[in-house]
Amino acid sequence: MFPLNDNGMLSGLLCGILFGYVLENAGFGSPVKLSAQFKLTDWAVFKVMFTAIVVAAVGLWLLRLVGLLRPDSIAVPQAALMAAAVGGALVGAGFAVGGYCPGTSVAGLFSGRLDALVFIVGVLLGTTGFAVFYGATLKSLKAAWLIADGDTFTDVYAVPEPAVLAMLGVALIAVFYFGSWFERRGSGTVTAQQAVEGAR
Amino acid sequence: MNTSEKHGNPEIRPFWPPLAAGIALGLVLLLTFVLSAHGLGASGAATDTVAGVGLKLAPEATRANGYLGPMVADGSPIGSWMTWEILGVAIGALVAAFTAGRFRVQLDGARSVGTPRRLINTLVGGFLAGFGARIAGGCTSGLGLSGAAALGISAFVFLALFFATGMLVSRLVKGV
Repeated sequence: MFPLNDNGMLSGLLCGILFGYVLENAGFGSPVKLSAQFKLTDWAVFKVMFTAIVVAAVGLWLLRLVGLLRPDSIAVPQAALMAAAVGGALVGAGFAVGGYCPGTSVAGLFSGRLDALVFIVGVLLGTTGFAVFYGATLKSLKAAWLIADGDTFTDVYAVPEPAVLAMLGVALIAVFYFGSWFERRGSGTVTAQQAVEGAR
Repeated sequence: MNTSEKHGNPEIRPFWPPLAAGIALGLVLLLTFVLSAHGLGASGAATDTVAGVGLKLAPEATRANGYLGPMVADGSPIGSWMTWEILGVAIGALVAAFTAGRFRVQLDGARSVGTPRRLINTLVGGFLAGFGARIAGGCTSGLGLSGAAALGISAFVFLALFFATGMLVSRLVKGV
């Protein structure tokens, strides 16, 4: 029965190596490619993310359905909606200004980008800054709009899980449909050649 | 295939198509859940690093800190699953970039916005992302990707605000 709850070195390294390998191959080491999502000219970020979300979510559901995965055994983020909103806005702003997010900056550095190293220094400073300023204000921000009834749409609003998955499937098709439409209208997606040459 | 790839450096292999990359990422994420009971992440490794380095450099202040203190109660969090995972990300990205001819040492963005401006942008951007990830309790991978795969409500709130703010700010500031 899964999960194995293996939080050792080999488990971490294995998952990380595969994650980094896929991130770089998707083009997510390049700040040009990543930023193009917000300019709506290259939708790779949302296409890849939504596909991955649907594949993993359906996989988890199927594993539970056939009894291979224990119910309620997987970590679900707490439904602290204010924190998610404010934090999401700040990570989005940082992504737009710096061209990376914390994970993709590691892929950027290890495909040779020194600007990604500066971004990583910024992430460490931002984390330190948060710890320094951690007090009543940040605590109340993290506790605001907290849904006490549960963390998923199924727990809180009684939406059956297959219905949630079906909605995600529709959203995935919409991302590909509208994304590709925007890509055809724009200057074209960022190729590996262009990404390696760097921003111009 | 577009013109620049046809006539460009043949050593540089194209990126995977988004659908293929997305399926691969989804399977890696599923494997991670099955092995560790949680998803992939990135900013958590930064937190563990800050807590671990803080414990070395300023043990008193780190133990007394309201946020980092509980994390170092049982010793340094360097060596946690998340720190091994991020080391793995570095190795995986390096192998991918090298084998596809896409490894090039550069300051990406130096040509488009200038070196000083690019350094400031990445430092400020990193700071905002690091601070924001601590408020949200995760970043694009830990909360946005993994949280959404676990069907967490907060993950979708995070993604909506991430996208809306990113689009807005990218219109006001030329990042790269």
